[in-house]
Amino acid sequence: MEKHKPVVVVGAGPAGLCAAIELKKAGAPVILLDENDKPGGQLFKQIHKFFGSREHKAGTRGFTIGTSLLDESLKLGIDVRLETEVVGVDPGLRVWAVRQRASSELIEASRLILATGATENALSFPGWTLPGVMTAGCAQTLINVYRVLPGKRVLIIGSGNVGVIVGYQLMQSGAEVVGIVEALPSLGGYGVHTAKLARAGVPFYTGTTVVRAEGVESLERATIAQVDGSFKPIASTERTLDVDTICLAVGLTPSLELSSLAGCRTIYVPELGGRMPLHDEYMRSSVQEVYVVGDTAGVEEASTAMEEGRLAGVHAAWSLGYMSDDDMKERVDETKQRLNALRQGVFGQKRFNAKARIIQESQLR
Amino acid sequence: MSATERYLKTKGAPSLAELEAVGMLPKLEDLARGACLCIECVEEIPCNPCETSCPNGAIKVGDPITNLPVIDREKCTACGLCIPSCPGLAITMKRVQGDRATIRFPWEYVPVPVVGDEVEMVDRLGNVVCPGKVIGVNAAARNDRTLVVGAEFAAEHVLSVISMKRKRS
Repeated sequence: MEKHKPVVVVGAGPAGLCAAIELKKAGAPVILLDENDKPGGQLFKQIHKFFGSREHKAGTRGFTIGTSLLDESLKLGIDVRLETEVVGVDPGLRVWAVRQRASSELIEASRLILATGATENALSFPGWTLPGVMTAGCAQTLINVYRVLPGKRVLIIGSGNVGVIVGYQLMQSGAEVVGIVEALPSLGGYGVHTAKLARAGVPFYTGTTVVRAEGVESLERATIAQVDGSFKPIASTERTLDVDTICLAVGLTPSLELSSLAGCRTIYVPELGGRMPLHDEYMRSSVQEVYVVGDTAGVEEASTAMEEGRLAGVHAAWSLGYMSDDDMKERVDETKQRLNALRQGVFGQKRFNAKARIIQESQLR
Repeated sequence: MSATERYLKTKGAPSLAELEAVGMLPKLEDLARGACLCIECVEEIPCNPCETSCPNGAIKVGDPITNLPVIDREKCTACGLCIPSCPGLAITMKRVQGDRATIRFPWEYVPVPVVGDEVEMVDRLGNVVCPGKVIGVNAAARNDRTLVVGAEFAAEHVLSVISMKRKRS
């Protein structure tokens, strides 16, 4: 019987953990798979205090939120399988997983919740393959997980929240941030984040891009230049900075491999990172048994990913008969309220509108 | 100076004029009356730990939580609990007494400052404004590793000073 098959959640980041927790709480059998050797996704790299309200655990550092989610999943006895890579999904909702690159298994799922996250974008320019040029997420992993400082003098490309947060954390780790480059005329990240760097003397270069990176064995210099109206560098404005590290913080793209295999229809939404699976208000994709949550369903933040995970977990549990109509409706309403609170204001409105477009589009098809 | 300089979105920090335009620059009489809460949060972001951290209801964000915080100076006792609660590190407490000013500000760098340290006070763009002296370091566990540092400096710089220069390790 469908009800007795497990719900399979792929990805044990904030969205997947929250989905699995809701399912288990409702009494549904759930298996949580993750290719990494530790659960938590990107949460354990987030050493800063999160925004939001008390319900969103605002003021709490990301890794502390990760620890409390893990504690909760352990207490509930959720079946978490690590170093387990999902390499296939067939139309009968059979999930093909490879464990520790050694054994493979086929799990028959009643529902599939994909919380596979996103991939950082790269930027190519002469010298971009030199050692020392890396993505911001890479630098963040090095300092906050492995406690290795990638360099002493860092140039950051991109002034969104990722760029400025990683820039601040690099300074906390003992590096100098020699500048933050932004191609647009305005800085992208929250003003309170940019202000932390500004008061530490970090210069921001708006309307500017990186032209080339140079060095013999590894990165030694970066040349930046202002851009014209069509984002072409203006040669006469070139200036060279001594740096040993360049961090690329130029956006993320949803990881679509598994939702594509599952046959989920997609939509292009540039505000949320490009192409992503369509989903309805309960995070259900065009394939009714498959849910998509977190960055794979449109790049936002850990706080929104957690709420989306809860939404999908509650709805999937209800759809399998593990929750009453009233309970489901109540839980969905309160979760949506928390989600909406996070999608307000000058930064949130764009994401709110984009999400509304995705849900509307999913109803048309 | 005008509020249209858009320092915040080009240089990374608001100018005094931009702060004044949203009512977030303290008045000199407020600074002279006693420790004066200063919040520099000029963008509508979904965030309200300042409001929930205040035991006296002196900071109002309300609903929606993207509202800018509003200070009720009558209710503020300058306890400073809000300083480390702010994920944006945007809250300070300033006071002027005669020709000296004091500031309490959030701090998340090592080495940990020590009372008596001779430091350099900086403005919002990191320019050194004047010398200062550390007069207090609060490392309470409930602040979760955000220190609250107190420093004193020349009163004439009270509006421009926001923090101190980081020591290079």
